[in-house]
This record gives sequence, structure tokens and C-alpha cells, in this order.
Amino acid sequence: MDLNTLWFLLIAVLFIGFFFLEGFDYGVGILLPFLGKDDNQRRQIINSIGPVWDANEVWLLTAGGAMFAAFPNWYATMFSGFYLALVLMLLALIIRGVAFEFRSKDKHPTWRATWDWCIFVGSLVPALLWGVAMGNLVRGVPIDADMHYVGGFWNLLNPYALLGGLATLTLFTFHGATFLTLKLSGDLLAKSRAFAKRLWLPSVVAIFLFVISGYWATDMFTRLGVNPGVAPVFAGIALLAAGYFIYRDRSGWTFILSGLTIVLSTITLFMGLYPRVMVSSFNDAWSLTIYNASSSPYTLTVMSWIALIFVPIVLGYTIWSYWVFRKRIHSHTELEY
Amino acid sequence: MDALLLARLQFAITTVYHFFFVPLTLGLSIMLAIMETIYVRTGDEKYKRMVKFWGKLFLINFAMGVVTGIVQEFQFGMNWSEYSRFVGDIFGAPLAIEALLAFFLESTFLGLWLFGWDKLSKRVHAFTMWMVAIGANISALWILIANSFMQEPVGYVLRNGRAEMNDFFALLTNPHVWAQFPHVFFSGITTAAMFVVGTSAFHLLRKSPDKAVWHSSFRFSMIYGLIGIVLVIMQGHTQAQHMVKNQPMKLAAAEALWDSEDPAAMSLFTWGDEKNRRDVFAIRMPALLSILAYNRPSGMVKGINDLQAEYERTYGPGDYVPPVAITYWTFRMMVGAGMVLLVLILLGILYIIKENYPKKIWFMKLLPWAIALPYIANSTGWIMAEVGRQPWIVFGLQKTVDAVSPAVSTGEVLFSLIIFTLLYGILMGADIYLLKKFAIAGTVLDKPQPDSETIPDGLGVEL
Ligand code: HDD
Ligand code: HEM
Ligand code: HEM
Repeated sequence: MDLNTLWFLLIAVLFIGFFFLEGFDYGVGILLPFLGKDDNQRRQIINSIGPVWDANEVWLLTAGGAMFAAFPNWYATMFSGFYLALVLMLLALIIRGVAFEFRSKDKHPTWRATWDWCIFVGSLVPALLWGVAMGNLVRGVPIDADMHYVGGFWNLLNPYALLGGLATLTLFTFHGATFLTLKLSGDLLAKSRAFAKRLWLPSVVAIFLFVISGYWATDMFTRLGVNPGVAPVFAGIALLAAGYFIYRDRSGWTFILSGLTIVLSTITLFMGLYPRVMVSSFNDAWSLTIYNASSSPYTLTVMSWIALIFVPIVLGYTIWSYWVFRKRIHSHTELEY
Repeated sequence: MDALLLARLQFAITTVYHFFFVPLTLGLSIMLAIMETIYVRTGDEKYKRMVKFWGKLFLINFAMGVVTGIVQEFQFGMNWSEYSRFVGDIFGAPLAIEALLAFFLESTFLGLWLFGWDKLSKRVHAFTMWMVAIGANISALWILIANSFMQEPVGYVLRNGRAEMNDFFALLTNPHVWAQFPHVFFSGITTAAMFVVGTSAFHLLRKSPDKAVWHSSFRFSMIYGLIGIVLVIMQGHTQAQHMVKNQPMKLAAAEALWDSEDPAAMSLFTWGDEKNRRDVFAIRMPALLSILAYNRPSGMVKGINDLQAEYERTYGPGDYVPPVAITYWTFRMMVGAGMVLLVLILLGILYIIKENYPKKIWFMKLLPWAIALPYIANSTGWIMAEVGRQPWIVFGLQKTVDAVSPAVSTGEVLFSLIIFTLLYGILMGADIYLLKKFAIAGTVLDKPQPDSETIPDGLGVEL
């Protein structure tokens, strides 16, 4: 395996981690207005992700930094090309981040309600936009011979990509509900179970439609062949099995399986891309690949060593922090947020 | 208005705004870690109350630093795609390393610190704050390694139409970083010190309850500030000496020095005519600039006209003069703020030694206002460093005009500029409201707020 492939893999891993972890954060934020019926309940819900949401977001920042370092042309073309979509995403992430920290620092009802809406919108918008972005990446976008995106904003909102958005939105919300079944107790636990049950079928439908329409919209099927390999097949199985367990109130298994669905679907999308990083809808020769978009071998070597040393350390203390906060939250728990 | 100008404006606004919150994080995280260590060592509850109180203000500030930082991470690709392509091979690496080494550390351990009061032992809890402080300051180091490449490119070759890294070690030992990082580090210490000094003075004046907390905080942070301000100024001097060698045009602009001089005079006040490159009115101190530059009363400091001619010979025809008035005045504001801070802090130390500071009413009344000084110095310092580098985005290698994204239209940048500015304005309002509320409330509010039953269900959505 060459270094370019290694870095493609590493960036895929960062996105997988990001979607798995931040996926349930977004889901929790989206469920906030539906689940939390009074202030104490809403605080319990927010505090379930309180200690971890910022670190989960750093997966995205690291993925962005890694794209910049390993594939500068990918970073440059994608973020200048998807400009307005990214502005929207950033606005969402900004209001969401401050809302967590600010909402409980004042008692005024309007103050709290405003920030709660910010958490809701700030979680909903990125949950949707990530699917749109991934859909467009595999479908292909207008990129010219100089690696410049020339499609404008509305081009990104094609039916296939929007279906992708719907798929991530429902899947993340489902994932968030299954996460809450692990963290809450009492009334809220029962309610989050009920929500997880209700959300399961919509996610199955949305993902199914997204996969089917990929047959016309992308070259995924021709590339992956009749037997697409383990990742997509097991993604489907995991999602169906999650339904089985949620109806038996097996929270742990459901969460693992909803997470597994996210992981395997992300792997499938990156498999569909490889060795390209952005597909040109004009001409396949103009696509950005892990070779024409990459940094020099020297930079990739330096970065590989650094990743090799530090990724395990980061994983170590991340796991420790989840271990410290493994207990369920009760209505009388002392809440920070 | 063209896309380039708007993109620059957007970068300036968002980055200065980000850096408005950063220095306090850098300095206060270390202060909190020290205070909590004292608490663990001595068991003195007063220090725990101090950590809780200043920690609350720290968190409010930190949240703003985090969310504005997210914009920074993606801005280079959004607005400066040609820049990103040209230097990505070098510039992306420190950014990625910053996220991996620093952001993960900072955010994970801050979560542990905030939510871990009753879950971790005292020692481990203090340890988490040290990790936050180390994470924050490592983050500053790596981003400055990136920035220093733009100020003084090292460790690269021009190949394949771009700058490619050929010596990672040279990037880490870039002399510019080691001039810049200590200055930024100690400006963080100074900022945190003044923030704590000003707030404590306010409470001492008002005779707020829990006097011991305010006295201890006051004395502690005055000493902290003394270390900070002395080293900021000394390191600023080192930076200026480095600048004479490395970016003489920036220094010439910062001094509005049109023609080379030996010995060179330092300007105290210049009203200049930028277009014709001459002074309208100026007060200048003979030989002082040579002393600043070389530590001796003689020595040639090159002027703008000579440097312009020299650069035209090296880089071809063009205008190599940065906006002189901005560079000149921002430099004066930073140094001026630094001098006032030095005087204030020395006075404070004197009064502490004489143990009569609570009686110096005028002084104590002044200190809350002096919180603004490090903020002014931080912002103007950066503006001076960045504007003085123009027209280059990477000194000597790429011009800012060539760096902007061709795929982004003027309308798009205008839209995002307006949106970001509006949102940032609103957030600033909310942030100041909270900071003021908690700063003024003192240690009384420190218990977690009770869940008020009076809060109506403003958000409930039936499904
Ligand atoms: C990693 C790189 C980097 C870092 C750490 C900073 N800057 Fe910078 N700055 C740039 C990279 C840059 C740039 C990309 O080179 C810009 C964008 C357009 C330009 O002219 O230079 C720039 C421009 C720029 C401008 C506008 C200059 C002009 O348009 O004439 C200001 C006011 C600042 N910066 C201020 C700051 C502040 C307050 C920073 C502290 C956080 C800062 N910069 C850090
Ligand atoms: C223009 C380049 C910059 C980029 C791309 C950038 C990026 C970021 C990002 C993405 C975050 C959020 C991390 C999180 O979620 O925890 C952040 C926070 C931070 N940045 Fe920056 N930053 C820049 C400039 C600077 C500079 C110049 C410094 C210091 C000298 C600095 C110091 C910090 C610190 C200490 C934080 C922690 C959060 C806080 O400030 O409260 N950054 N930055
Ligand atoms: C009083 C004496 C001071 C001197 C002589 C001085 C000198 C300098 C110089 C020469 C630069 C530009 C470096 C470059 O572009 O290469 C600079 C930048 C800067 N200064 Fe100062 N400074 C002083 C005080 C302060 C104070 C009091 C603060 C804040 C508390 C401060 C904060 C900054 C910051 C944040 C920058 C931008 C980052 C950098 O380039 O280091 N300075 N200073």
C-alpha cells in the first residue's frame, strides 16, 4: 500500500469516527425539543453529551486538517466549491456550540428557549448537510480541468444528494435515540426507547431509497460489482438487526448496531470514491484523485509518523473519558449544562 | 468591491474576533491549573472557590474561542483556495498536527474537568486542568508554526508549481516561531492577569463577600502580570530586532521611515502623506530606532523607498509597500498599551508590598477599565504583523492577490461576510452579558443554579 492510499484510509477513518460520535450528538440535539418536556428533562438530555460533544467535533477538525495536509487540492476544491453550503454548516456549528455552554447560565425562559432552538437547528442542519455532501462526492460535481468547482450552490441540491441528506438525518437521529437509551433513566428512558422504535423504519426507508437511486445517479454499482463486498451488505444487515433489538429493548446492542450501520455505510461511500476524492461530472480525467490531489511523499511520510504516534494516545484518553462518564443521568443528578 | 477585498475583510474580522478570546484561554488555563494545584497541596478551600469562580468565566470565554476556531479551520480552503494549493504541502501539516495534538487534548480534558468534580480524585482533577492548559498552549505553538511559514518561509523547495516541504525540522526551528511564540504566550499571561486583577479590584472596592478570595486573586495575578508584561516587552524587542533582518519593510512601515537612516531616529508621532511618501508633521527621537534594532546608537535602518527599489530588483516591478498608516498606528497602539500596562502593574506591585492597595481608591477604580489594554494590544499586534507583511501572503513567494479562491463569487463572499459579522456581533452581546453577570455576581452564584420550576415549556413540540 502506498502512502497516498494510507492517507485516504486515515481520512476515511476520521470521517467514520466523526459520523459515529458526532452522529449521536446531532441526534440528541434534534430530539431535544421532542423529548424534553420541562427544563430539568432538557438539561438531562443535554448533559448526556455534555462532557464529549466538543471532543467529538474535533474529529471533524482533524479530518479537515488531514485533508489540507495530505490532499491540499481536495481541501481547496471542496471547501471553495461547496462555499455556501459550508457557510450554512459553520453557522449551525457556531450557534450549537455556544448554546451548550450558554443555555443554563441564565434563568430567563426566553433565554433558555432561544438557545434550545439553536441546539436543535444547529444539529439538524449539519446532520442533513453531511449526507448532501457525501451524496455529491460520489455522484460527481462539475469540476473543470483546473480542479475548480464551477457548479454554484443549487447544483448541490440535486435529488440524489438530498436523499443522502435525508438518510444521514434519519440515521443520525435514530443513532441519537439509541444513545439516549443508554444514558437516561426513568421517564426519559422510556420515551427515548419509544422514539428509537419510531425512528427505525424511516431510517431504513431513507437508506434504502438512497442506495437504490445510487444505481442511476452514481457509478457505485458498476465499480463495486454485483457482489459489492462485506461493508454495504453488513451495513444493511446491521440496520435490520438494530430493529430487531430495539423492539426487545436491548439498548446496548441497538446502539452498537446503529453505530455499525454508520461505520459500514461510510466505508461503502469511501470505497465508491477510491481512488478518487472528488469526481468530476464533466470528464473522468478531471476528477481529483489520491495522486493528483496529494502532497509530496516527504510530507506524507512525516505526517504518517505523527499519526502513528499520536492517534493511539488520543484514542486512549478518549476511551478513558467515556469510561469516567459511563453512568446514567437521573433527574437528581447535579447538572453542569 | 471585489471578492479579494471582501475575502480579506472577512479573514481579518473572523480572525481578530477569534483571537479576542484566545489569549485569555492561554493565560487563564495555566492560572487555574496553578490555583487548583495549590488547593490540592494545601487543602485550602479558598483556592477551590477561586478555581470555581474564575473557571466559570474561563468556560464562557472558551466556548466562544472554540466556535470561532471552527471557522478558521475551513477558511483557508473556502476563501484562499489558491493559497491552499500553493502551500498545502507545508501549511496543512501544522494545522493537522494542531488538531491531533492539541484540540483533542484540550476538549477531552475540559469535559473531564467540568463534569468530573465528583467523579475524579482531587489530584486527577487538577491534572485535567493542566492538560487543558498544555493543550491550549501547544495549539498556539502549532498555529504559530504555520503562521511563521507565511512570515518567514523555511524548509521548502519550489517544485511542481508549489512550495513543497523538504525539511520538517526547519519548520519547527523557524527563527520566526521562536521570536513570536514567547511574545504571544506572555501576552496570554498578561491578558489573564489583567482580567483577574481588574475583576478582583472591582470586588474589593465594592466590599463583596468572600474578601479573602479577592485579596488572594489580586495579589496572585499582579505577580503573574508582572512576569507577563516584562517578558512580553522584552520579547517584543527581540521580535523587532528579528524583523529588521527578516522583514525590514514591515519595520520601516511600522516606523513610517521613508528613507534609510544611520543612525535612525524613532518616531513618536508622525502625520504622514502616504501617497507621496513624506512626513507632514513628525516628532522623532534621534538614534532610538538604531538602538531598538541593534542595541547600539548607530546602524543603518533601511527606509521604505530604498526597500521598494531593492524589492523591484529582486521580485520584478510592483508595489511592495504595505499600508503604512495602519502598520504605523497599530504598532503605536500595541506598544503604548504595553507601556501603560507596565506602569500599572509596577504600581500595583509597589502597593502590594506596602500593603496599602485597598486604600488607593483611584487606582482600584482604574483597574477594571485597564482590562481593555491587553485586548487592544493583542488585536493591534496581529493587525500590525499581518498588514505589515502585505502585499505578500507568503513572504517573497506568493502575493495575496494570487491566493484568493477563483471559484467563489463576490456575491457569495459578501453574503458570508455579512452573515458572519451579524452573528459574531450578536454573540459578542450574549458573551459580554454573561461575563458581566458572573463577574459581578462574585462567588455567590457559584452553586449550580437551581432548576427553576417557573420556567415554562417554551420549546415543547408535540409529536
Ligand atoms: C495561519 C495563518 C494565519 C494566522 C495564524 C493568522 N493569520 Fe492573519 N492572515 C493570514 C494568515 C494568518 C493570511 C491568510 O495570510 C491573510 C489573509 C489575507 C491576507 O492578506 O493575509 C491574513 C490577514 C490578516 C489580516 C488582514 C490583513 C489585510 O488584509 O491587509 C488581519 C487583520 C489578520 N490577518 C489578523 C490576524 C490575527 C488577529 C491573527 C490571530 C489569530 C492572525 N491574523 C493569525
Ligand atoms: C488562523 C489560523 C487559526 C486556525 C485555523 C485556528 C483554528 C482553531 C480551531 C478549529 C479551534 C477550535 C478547537 C476546539 O473545538 O476545541 C481553535 C481554538 C483555539 N485556538 Fe485557534 N486558530 C487559528 C489561530 C489561532 C492563533 C494564532 C492562536 C494562538 C496564538 C490560536 C489558539 C487557539 C486556542 C488556545 C484555542 C482554544 C479555544 C479557545 O480559544 O478558547 N488560534 N482554533
Ligand atoms: C511594549 C512593547 C512591545 C513591543 C516592542 C512589541 C513588539 C512586537 C512586534 C515587533 C510584533 C510584530 C512581530 C512580527 O510581525 O514579526 C508584535 C506582535 C504582537 N504583539 Fe507585541 N509588542 C509589545 C507589547 C505587546 C503587548 C503588551 C501585547 C499584549 C498583551 C502584545 C501582543 C502582540 C501580539 C498578539 C502580536 C502578534 C503576534 C506576533 O507577531 O507575535 N504586544 N509585537
